[in-house]
Amino acid sequence: MASPTDTRLRTQAEITARVKALESMLIEKGIMTTAAIDRLAEIYENEVGPQLGAQVVARAWTDPEFKERLLADASAACTEMGIGGLQGEEMVVVENTDTVHNAIVCTLCSCYPWPVLGLPPNWYKAPAYRARIVREPRKVLAEDFGFPVPDDVEVRIWDSSSELRYWVLPQRPAGTEDLGAFELAALVTRDSMIGVGPVRTP
Amino acid sequence: MNGVFDLGSTESMGKVQTVENEPVFRAEWEKAAFAMFSNCFRAGFFGVDAFRHSIEKMDAAEYLLSNYYEHWVHVVEDRGAQKGVIDPAELEKRTQFFLENPDAPLPEREDPDLLAFVNAVVKSGAPANRPTDKVARFKVGDRVTILADSPHGHTRRARYIRGRTGEITAAHGGAIYPDSAGNDGPEAPEHLYTVRFTAEELWGPETAEPNNIVYFDVWEPYLTLAS
Repeated sequence: MASPTDTRLRTQAEITARVKALESMLIEKGIMTTAAIDRLAEIYENEVGPQLGAQVVARAWTDPEFKERLLADASAACTEMGIGGLQGEEMVVVENTDTVHNAIVCTLCSCYPWPVLGLPPNWYKAPAYRARIVREPRKVLAEDFGFPVPDDVEVRIWDSSSELRYWVLPQRPAGTEDLGAFELAALVTRDSMIGVGPVRTP
Repeated sequence: MNGVFDLGSTESMGKVQTVENEPVFRAEWEKAAFAMFSNCFRAGFFGVDAFRHSIEKMDAAEYLLSNYYEHWVHVVEDRGAQKGVIDPAELEKRTQFFLENPDAPLPEREDPDLLAFVNAVVKSGAPANRPTDKVARFKVGDRVTILADSPHGHTRRARYIRGRTGEITAAHGGAIYPDSAGNDGPEAPEHLYTVRFTAEELWGPETAEPNNIVYFDVWEPYLTLAS
């Protein structure tokens, strides 16, 4: 049966055996443990993910002074909320407005702001997105993501070539004036913080 | 180096394949491959720049056809062999064993210090900014051109920005220089800047999409003042 990690080079069974072999050697050499694997998986499956970025966005929508701090120094502002760490040591938040739409990419590898978005989806790491979003962002957003950006809105692509980690502050949707930060956070999608999709509407 | 990993603007890459509700890890082996990065970083296999360069040196066709976490496994094999920790012949032998005995257990070992490291590093990270006494040669607002030559070894000077001119929009102070650290040299900090390029400058007015900007971070040695 086909598995999601089968490729034209190796089957899931082959990759699994290879990794297990390497793992067994690293365990014997005192470098790895299965408990460390389990803990790391638990962190990024259950603790660190886009729900954290959504909390930051919702606070920025409801607290203008926080938003100012977030746009000035995103890592420091996120630390106020207990959010930060690996692959987000120096984060930069870029703001969408009526005239500017932002999106992030890493054309050279797959850099991504883990502390607020978790680990990247596979499409973000695969060649198509990395190759095309810098060259034809309007086409990719419209055709591949079903998320067209009007011609009069400037599209800004942030290619994460250094250890700075960019991510997007989407616009607060209309009709949410009565919602609190908790309800607003539920509207914020991972894709809206990458810049390839909308926030939900209430 | 000029390699297939440097994907910006490459054509014939197909559509973006999004997957609804994709799990964080699609298989158990992806969890182990992911954990190898921080565990082997702690063991001195690589820094993040050397890690990336090991992936860049993969066979080009294999790079494009394999899974993302297979790239990470490649690094551990490559750097582990260089460090004398992973014997490639032994790895082949064990791979065969686990293919024939997929349910055979892994060795058991406990290491509370490693677990503490994992919890700490996720929270604290490993910052790459480095104070430097060097005087910055450029400032926000300067128009700069990216040097067009093709360095060997690791660099973050992507091909699509080489020879192109843009404006510095932010100056970030010193940061580890990947062109040194990624080639197993010292950290050798250099000033880091963000440069704003118009799509017309990058792709030419004939094919550039309208009203489109690309920002790219560069280290000072990549730059010269625009003439």
